[in-house]
Amino acid sequence: MPEVILEVKNLEFSFRTYGGVVKAVRDISFEVRKGELLGIVGESGCGKSVSVQCILRLNPEPPGFFEGGEILYEGKDIVKMSNRELRKIRGVEIGFIFQDPMTSLNPTMRVGKQIEEIFVGRKEVSRAEAKERALEILKLVGINEPERRYRQYPHELSGGMKQRVMIAIALVGQPGIIIADEPTTSLDVTIEAQILDILKELQEKFMTSIILITHDLGVVAKMCDRVLVMYGGKIVEEGPVNAIFYETAHPYTSGLIQSIATLDTSRDEELVPIEGTPPDLFSPPAGCPFAARCEYAMEICGMMMPDRTQVTPEHYSACWLLHEYAPDVKLPAVARTMETDEEAPSPEQVEMEERI
Amino acid sequence: MSNQTNREVLLEVNDLSQYFRISRDKVLKAVDHINFKIHRGETVGLVGESGCGKSTTGRTILKLYTPNTGNVYYGGKDVFTFTPEEDMQYRKRAQMIFQNPHSSLNPRMTVKDIVGAGMRIHDLAKSSELDDRIEVLLRKVGLNKDHMSRFPHEFSGGQKQRIGIARALSVDPEFIVCDEPISALDVSIQAQVLNMLKKSQQDLGLTYLFIAHDLSVVKYISDRVIVMYLGTIVEEAVSEELYRNPLHPYTQVLLSSIPIADPELVRRKKRRVVTGEVASPINPPAICRFVSRCPLADQVCREQMPPLREVAPGHNVACFKV
Repeated sequence: MPEVILEVKNLEFSFRTYGGVVKAVRDISFEVRKGELLGIVGESGCGKSVSVQCILRLNPEPPGFFEGGEILYEGKDIVKMSNRELRKIRGVEIGFIFQDPMTSLNPTMRVGKQIEEIFVGRKEVSRAEAKERALEILKLVGINEPERRYRQYPHELSGGMKQRVMIAIALVGQPGIIIADEPTTSLDVTIEAQILDILKELQEKFMTSIILITHDLGVVAKMCDRVLVMYGGKIVEEGPVNAIFYETAHPYTSGLIQSIATLDTSRDEELVPIEGTPPDLFSPPAGCPFAARCEYAMEICGMMMPDRTQVTPEHYSACWLLHEYAPDVKLPAVARTMETDEEAPSPEQVEMEERI
Repeated sequence: MSNQTNREVLLEVNDLSQYFRISRDKVLKAVDHINFKIHRGETVGLVGESGCGKSTTGRTILKLYTPNTGNVYYGGKDVFTFTPEEDMQYRKRAQMIFQNPHSSLNPRMTVKDIVGAGMRIHDLAKSSELDDRIEVLLRKVGLNKDHMSRFPHEFSGGQKQRIGIARALSVDPEFIVCDEPISALDVSIQAQVLNMLKKSQQDLGLTYLFIAHDLSVVKYISDRVIVMYLGTIVEEAVSEELYRNPLHPYTQVLLSSIPIADPELVRRKKRRVVTGEVASPINPPAICRFVSRCPLADQVCREQMPPLREVAPGHNVACFKV
């Protein structure tokens, strides 16, 4: 069993707004293991960003506040930490890559200074050393002419370049955990591929644990070892990436995978959308948050939240269908390749792969 | 869709360029001498990365800009020389669905006014019938009568996009430019909107120019696909052909960059990644636009601009190396 380096237990986080209290994260628990790439998927408003921002206490408090739970890092509870203690963790022990590089960098500060900022006030690293480290890290994230870029301002860089600088800032303190909140959402596909490759490389090279937040199942499939699926402020499914795609055990995950058009989707096929809209978190449903949109919903689903149920040793799902009294429902097999491709790849696929 | 050549050409874009002057000596060439045709009843996908000119192309076709060179022929007539009456007709026949549903609906108008404005302007319904017509339209896009008196902020992103679609359909158009209609929506909502667009096309015989950067979605919805790079068309082919047999190095890179939602397939697939980033569209030299990132580039690519030429029936590529 790999070493667990961060543990989130029964975390509940809400925001006070004029409209009432929004329960953004509702009782979630998960762990981060050393050297793993943990994905968190879900739609906007499902609580994925809020829950990882809790790890570094980046949500504004107030209006945000913890309703309960703890976040254990090296035996200490981050929820109870003072600002002084938090400062020792932010960027040093746990790095953060923000979603939007266009607005997350300081426009009035040269790139180099922003990378070095983490060493300010630390006696063990001299100025010259800090600069050396910054240049090294710029090269590592694939920036040409690091000397020149070091002196430039963010507006002189392209979107992909800015995201590389963001990664450099997250990396320079050599944290054990990096949280990447939709790091490629605002980038084009060819640049996205480059950035994802860098992240994967770094994870393998330094045994860094990465928490990757995304709504793109393609990114999950490419990058992650383990996946959490969130919906309506809760974790509905959790497991190794293959289990999530090939032995899907929650109707929401299954619906999500089915609703996307892939390159294999034939033009005559109709896409299978998930009808309806996500729940209102001002007054979250008492039962399963997905019940209202779920085609398998039973009476119990609207009344009580199902327990986190083990499917296989590493694979959990919170769904009443897994209860022993539930009818035996087979969720549609979502992975297309597992069965068809393993024995005999179709000629089309082979041709495509050779060409690329 | 097999017999493309015999079908009526609805829209023809001929040598179209759209430049934006950004300072005295800097010209941004958003669209640079492009040619293509759209046949009645087909869906043409227009793909490329941000800044490649795909949205500008769509907007220029609908006369939201005045082009620097070239013409757009609609039903055989140049849209930029229309008489006021013809112009009115064109603005009824050709509609647009915008990318961002949050900013393309007037926040001070009710749904009824938004959807009904076109019908009133074009005199398509008597005021007594107007409400009924709007109701029918709303039902078609999955909304109902109760929504008519509400304002845009009361709706979710998916619902707003449906209102945008209802507005486009309200004037019985023939041709719709869909400018990234689903990219601002959540994954589980995207399929709902895509299905609706497809159904409307079947029911009403619409012609679409579907602009998107998501290649999987474009493949799913399009009959033919045009790939743009920095203001130029680099490849054009029937959808299946383009995805099975991409010829331009950029198309190949683009296709292999798509994140595939299937972990085993991802591991097996060999990928081609490009280094470098998109060059600047400001004062671009008259050479191949992809040259700085292309693995196959050599001398001729740095001296001349490759013309778009037909390499197989209906499959055009702009590359010297193919």
